[in-house]
Amino acid sequence: MADTVNPSAFEAATASRAGRNVGARKRKGFLSAEEVTAWLLVGPWVLGFLLLTLGPMLASMVLSFTDYPVLRPPTWVGLQNYATLLHDGLVGQSLKVTTIYAASAVPLGIASGFFVALLLNQPIKGRAFVRTVYYLPACVSGVAVALVWLMIFRDPDGLLNSLLRMVGIEGPNWLMERQAVLPAFVLMSLWGVGAGAIIYLAGLQGIPTELYEAAQIDGAGEWTRFRHVTLPMMSPILYFELVMGIMGALQTFSGPFIMTNGGPANASLFYMLHLYRNAFRYLRMGYGSALAWVLFWYIMALTLLVIRSSSLWVFYAGEGKSG
Amino acid sequence: MPLTSSKKRAYAVKTTVVYVLLVAGMIMVTLPFFWMVSTSFKARWAVFAYPVQWIPNPFVWQNYPQAFAALPIGRFMWNTCVIAFWRVIGVTLSSSMAAYAFARLEWRGREPLFLVVLATLMLPGQVTLIPEFIAFKLLGWLDTYLPLVVPAFLGGGAFDIFLLRQFFKTISRELDDAAKIDGCSRLAIYWRIILPLSKPALITVILFTFEGSWMDFFGPLIYLFSMDKFPISLGLRLFEQQRHTDWAQIMAVTNISIIPILVLYYYGQKYFVQGIVFTGVKG
Repeated sequence: MADTVNPSAFEAATASRAGRNVGARKRKGFLSAEEVTAWLLVGPWVLGFLLLTLGPMLASMVLSFTDYPVLRPPTWVGLQNYATLLHDGLVGQSLKVTTIYAASAVPLGIASGFFVALLLNQPIKGRAFVRTVYYLPACVSGVAVALVWLMIFRDPDGLLNSLLRMVGIEGPNWLMERQAVLPAFVLMSLWGVGAGAIIYLAGLQGIPTELYEAAQIDGAGEWTRFRHVTLPMMSPILYFELVMGIMGALQTFSGPFIMTNGGPANASLFYMLHLYRNAFRYLRMGYGSALAWVLFWYIMALTLLVIRSSSLWVFYAGEGKSG
Repeated sequence: MPLTSSKKRAYAVKTTVVYVLLVAGMIMVTLPFFWMVSTSFKARWAVFAYPVQWIPNPFVWQNYPQAFAALPIGRFMWNTCVIAFWRVIGVTLSSSMAAYAFARLEWRGREPLFLVVLATLMLPGQVTLIPEFIAFKLLGWLDTYLPLVVPAFLGGGAFDIFLLRQFFKTISRELDDAAKIDGCSRLAIYWRIILPLSKPALITVILFTFEGSWMDFFGPLIYLFSMDKFPISLGLRLFEQQRHTDWAQIMAVTNISIIPILVLYYYGQKYFVQGIVFTGVKG
């Protein structure tokens, strides 16, 4: 799991500074004052990891083999939860909904954020101001975003359909039609591409100008420079954002919870909504744990898929082609 | 190399296109904000009027006092601040402590434990959700702020540790050595030298923790039940459920709820940008 964040990349960059300290290494066998201090300082984190991450993960794995309606103690049911899960049509439906959403919102979000960053990277006046404006939606909480867009998507008199009518288009009933509800959520997610744009802009500004100059001397046009300098140099950042974006999108909750509650006809039943209902509404903690593990492995599998594919398209400067 | 006139023209066209696209994008981004503010000052009947009423007419500022009278909005904001305050204290303290140990101290287990920190950075939180809930329930912590606040004191987030560690590593070690000669303990070095020198990174952590805490919805949703304990995220949803047709007042409360973060972003923009860039580029 650790290699997903590619620790070696920054470890290599910082290794020369670290590990120079001598002292403590000499006395093996008992704890030096330095080691005692270190363990005291990481103590809270270690405790947190054991009590809030590792412990709960193990507990949740055990719980997923039990029936646990909270009010009564858990009873062992073996693989029954997982069997139920296979026949729970809503699991398939919610996985489908969540996957379609992630597969459209994440690439579209990255592409438009990257496009905004490319525009911002041009020699323009007032770049700081424009950047500030694009980032503003990221300051709005999920609940507030949901409420605003609930109003905008209203049919027939919401802002979006009113504007569409002004140009002669009859918009769909965004949140009430099965075909329109996921596109509505994707559209809403695109409001927040500014945060990504800031990341890409910083990346673009970090590309050495010599590379562009060398390419220009070789007669490369604008498109060739973009294709063979900008894209390869940006690919690690795009890759990282892709992984984080997929993880985030698969865990979408507050938007659909507040705006549609999964409707119409489960067309926006995101996975987390299904999990929340089972665990905290129906208090099926055992089944909820099984659902959580399915999401966990689904996220891991998709992440792994992206990592595997990364060696084909992610370029790390100074390492040649490697993932 | 003087530019030929056709090149000049191409450059002018390109610049114009860039500006047009950027301005169009800015209009799309700001339109919902404009709509939020505009709606909050409208009469009820004017909210969904067609043709679209951009400037409220009549201008109904009373939506704000009426919204405040309908539900204890001030109380919700105060509760959010209380939770955010303790989370900020907890995260800043415990993540900087761990980061110092990872960045500056020599101890067995440092490298493997840091890999664990990085692994948790990528861990989806759902698998820990249910057991945590059950544990907090057994402790009798439901409907208190403890499930939201106590975890902050146990290490903060992996991202915070990672960011602070990278920053601490850039501070010159000669300062440590000088302090050691003066008889400073390692704890004193952490507290008197490293922390004061790391203000930019600490501010970034504080701002992101505050923002995250302010926006958190899922945590309060599963742990808090009494209205008088609600933070603004739950308060907003409650308000929408109770007056789901009165969009002018809903928008008034929504606007109030986002102002603190906008103010924070305005004054701390430098640190926000640093933090965002750090997560995206160095991560």
